[in-house]
Amino acid sequence: MATTTIHQRSRPASASATTPRKRRHSPYPYWFYLPAAAIYGVLFLIPTVLSFYFSLTRWSIFDSKFIGFDNYVTFFQEPALVSGLVHTLVYAVLTSGLKVVLGMLLAILLTSQIVARGYLRSVVFFPVLVSTIGVGLTFTVLMNPERGLINQALDTIGIAGPGWLTDPRYALLSVALVDVWKGVGLATLIYIAGIVSIPAEYLEAARVDGASPWHVFRRIILPLARPATVTVIILSLIGGLRSFDLIWAMTRGGPGFTSDVIASVIYKQYQAGFYGLSTAGNVVLFLVVTAIVLPLSRFLNRKEVEL
Amino acid sequence: MKIRSAGALAVAAVTTLALGACSAGSLGSSDDKGGKVTLSLLVDNGQDTVKLGEQLAKDFAAKNPDITIKVETRPAGAEGDNLIKTRLSTGDMTDVFMYNSGSLFQAIAPEKNLVPLDDQAFAGQLDDKFKSTVTAGGKLYGAPWGGFFSGAILYNRAVYAKLNLQVPKTWDDFMANNAKIKAAGIDPVIQTYQDTWTSQLFVLGDFHNVLAADPDFPTKYTNNQAKYATTPAALAGFQHLQQVHDAGYLNKDFAAAKLDDGLKELADGKGAHYPILSPVISQLIANNPGHGGDIGLFPIPGDNAATNGLTVWAPAGVYIPTSTTGAKLDAAKKFLAFVASPEGCASQAAATTPTGPFAVKGCTLPADVTQVAKDMQPYIDSPTGSSLALEFLSPIKGPALEQITVEVGSGIRKAADGAALYDQDVKKQAQQLGLQGW
Repeated sequence: MATTTIHQRSRPASASATTPRKRRHSPYPYWFYLPAAAIYGVLFLIPTVLSFYFSLTRWSIFDSKFIGFDNYVTFFQEPALVSGLVHTLVYAVLTSGLKVVLGMLLAILLTSQIVARGYLRSVVFFPVLVSTIGVGLTFTVLMNPERGLINQALDTIGIAGPGWLTDPRYALLSVALVDVWKGVGLATLIYIAGIVSIPAEYLEAARVDGASPWHVFRRIILPLARPATVTVIILSLIGGLRSFDLIWAMTRGGPGFTSDVIASVIYKQYQAGFYGLSTAGNVVLFLVVTAIVLPLSRFLNRKEVEL
Repeated sequence: MKIRSAGALAVAAVTTLALGACSAGSLGSSDDKGGKVTLSLLVDNGQDTVKLGEQLAKDFAAKNPDITIKVETRPAGAEGDNLIKTRLSTGDMTDVFMYNSGSLFQAIAPEKNLVPLDDQAFAGQLDDKFKSTVTAGGKLYGAPWGGFFSGAILYNRAVYAKLNLQVPKTWDDFMANNAKIKAAGIDPVIQTYQDTWTSQLFVLGDFHNVLAADPDFPTKYTNNQAKYATTPAALAGFQHLQQVHDAGYLNKDFAAAKLDDGLKELADGKGAHYPILSPVISQLIANNPGHGGDIGLFPIPGDNAATNGLTVWAPAGVYIPTSTTGAKLDAAKKFLAFVASPEGCASQAAATTPTGPFAVKGCTLPADVTQVAKDMQPYIDSPTGSSLALEFLSPIKGPALEQITVEVGSGIRKAADGAALYDQDVKKQAQQLGLQGW
């Protein structure tokens, strides 16, 4: 996404610099592209096209039978799907929003002149490096309502902690918070890069004009870090929409169906041997992600150009 | 030109994959020169299953020094089902594997994926009830793994003795007992929803009562004529599950507990009843030594004391996939013959504590069986005392039952709603199996 942003901005400039309307001659002969094209075709293009076909079949272990749009009908009748869709949106918006806010705050802290800045920066980033499944299993143990560290700690100060993962009201939120803990490091990193790249002249000029710290943040850092914000929102929103591994490791969509998201609903269909149905689900997921992210990305990037 | 090189690349890629698969599959496999064969055996990772597999492998190797058997494990439950299907469909299955009989067996397309065993000598020695659960399209595909077992309520006999309770014959008696147990400060019913499969027993283990009310239920159910939500006897299982939750009879940590926690609670007498599959008694004894004698069993009671009886599960099967060929196939058949022989039964009885009769003629249970097995015996001996579970009488079992029962048992969803949801799940499975009338 970051590269797209840069690309779109730089294109008009380079197009006007060189001869317009004429494509630059490629430095490579066509055969040079073949290996990459073949790999791309075999591993990406063909499976994608095939998946559209198989989503229209009833597909068991070895054979498949063409059944038209029945899978889509079944999938949309799936009671878990509607709640799964809502859960997915809640999860994506919540994790994305928290990552933006926390990432921005942490980045401002970590670009200030504090001691051990380099160390603190890496500490924030560590959870990103840890395997998602590992994080999920660890937090499952920590969040155990009876024996988990979190509730035992709350107990000592007289608070009866909830069943983080076992209470249907909190399960999804608990997983989302763990996702934020794990992912905020990346958001912080992107923001640090964005803030550091703001020319110091602006800040100096603001200081000369007597701007308060709030004004510096509101009028300089926030607007000029917009590309970073766009990247963080898009990346974390896509991540949230298709999130699966953490949820599966922590609750398996449970208790019951209360923390099921689209991806886990699809996986359960696959697990049950409904291959055609789960392929149809993946097509739906693809369309949903595209339908949300494409306009959003357009919208955010257009704003940026207007600035 | 472009197409051809792309094709060549594809062929090269596929060949590489195939070679990779080959070498992975033949790791540590047959060494033809010495006539030695190594078979891989896939079992689920249940404590007992692994023990059983290793004991069988050991005893079989002692008799057949040329054949070595390596036990591999897989997850149980839905994850395991997925793994089995994937490995079968990619031709990457182990040489021999253990898997459920009944409806799950039907779902792996036995006629395409498994080697028929009708011509084997042991085929004639198998129990007919078991045979029907590993037969597809008129052909036999499996040898029995372990003995028959039941889905029933394990109860703490010490608690019953202390509170002076009688084994209940009807659901109302059961609930009356629960009230007294609760008053004594003991959890009446143990549930362990972190192991989601354990939530299904009030529904699946109630099937003897369903059948008592309507003997044609399995046929009608398979033909899309009978539904859980609209058959009162079938709906009762879901209602029972809701009742024990709504009455506050469950252990406090039911949502976070696992099977082992439940077994411990039962063994310690902190909980009185645990609806579960009877073979877990062996795990209970292994984890809580000295408590085996305290634990008894009674069938999940229904409305009618006269038809009180046990829901019985057929043993799982051991199968040979069609990907096993040549010397390995011969060795695999030998192994199955061993499993389905009195020696094999003795080996299995040595590894675990069997709770029900073996499915092989000539096999007897050891004399020192557990209290659970003793409590089961009268029901099995009586001609109307037991019925096979629905999954052995119909090929359809909905895959989402365990999530639905967790919801009903946790008070998230009402019983009637849960049963209706399960009917939809069943419909999907029936369509996937390509059954008539769905």
